[in-house]
Amino acid sequence: MERQAFSPRQADVLICAGRLPFKLAPVIRRIYDQMPQPKWVISMGACASTGGIFDNYAMVQGIDTIVPVDVYVPGCPPRPEGLLYGVLLLHKKIKGESLFDRVPRREEQLLDERGLRLPPEQIDEISEPFGNSVHQFRSA
Amino acid sequence: MNPTVDALRATFGSAIGRGLESCGDTIVYVAREALLDAMTWLRDTPQQGYDYLVDVTAVEYRDRERPLEVVYFLRSLARRADLRVKVELDPRGDLSVDSVVPLWHGADWLERETYDMFGVSFRGHPDLRRILMWETYAEGYPLRKDFPLRGRFSRAEQVRQALGANPEAHYSMEELSIAEAYDELPADMKERLRRGERGKLPDSE
Repeated sequence: MERQAFSPRQADVLICAGRLPFKLAPVIRRIYDQMPQPKWVISMGACASTGGIFDNYAMVQGIDTIVPVDVYVPGCPPRPEGLLYGVLLLHKKIKGESLFDRVPRREEQLLDERGLRLPPEQIDEISEPFGNSVHQFRSA
Repeated sequence: MNPTVDALRATFGSAIGRGLESCGDTIVYVAREALLDAMTWLRDTPQQGYDYLVDVTAVEYRDRERPLEVVYFLRSLARRADLRVKVELDPRGDLSVDSVVPLWHGADWLERETYDMFGVSFRGHPDLRRILMWETYAEGYPLRKDFPLRGRFSRAEQVRQALGANPEAHYSMEELSIAEAYDELPADMKERLRRGERGKLPDSE
């Protein structure tokens, strides 16, 4: 880590540190698009990674349906050591990369003009309820 | 029981439904047609003086026979008295009541939120748009009992529609423009605007 910059245009890493409602999905996508290459994304915590306990109409079920994610940090909330370990894992991942590698993230092609990055079947599959929310009552 | 209920009944007669007390608060049911008159009376009668509208919300019960209720929390700051006014609506029928924005400007966003979540339309509201969900949201009204917890569309369709929403479309230009409020501004602020410090003067000037 070099320094914290609260501007996407000088940033290398986007850390999504909480739940992402659908209303903010186009915002985080735009922030990600504004970051210069090369760039990485850390999904911090259960809510950012999977939607967590917020399995409802308003919440994105994992930010990887919106932007590509490099490191997922589990936990609700993650311990500070967990986040640092995630950053170190990202270091490790970057060390293994070469500028000449073909990294899919660098040449990401969006599927439609709205900015969908995964096929709809795949989004539905990874957004399936799991754990406790399988038993959630679904009215109507 | 708050004595206002008896005074209301004496004034509006059969338009006032049952009154009850719950946890020390008084609840009174008012017919939809009489709502605006009753609210005006509650605000403007000196002995009542309910000058502050705390909240507007709605309740739909799991029991489908029970009507949907629009709830108004009133407070008299001078008398330190509270009153809860409820209007019953048929959830399968016409969900509309008169807006109280002409009485309390603070009802503007509260009524927009109730519209956004329950689909209650407030007649005479100056700007009845969604406030929490984005304006192109097409799945319905999330806090209604017939609304599925995870929404009506598939997750993929929800992601697609959310990404297609324009993040800047939440505010209309009128909302951002100071020109609209120009006539109500204090004199020194008008002077600063006239000097061109900030913003644009309305064409009428």
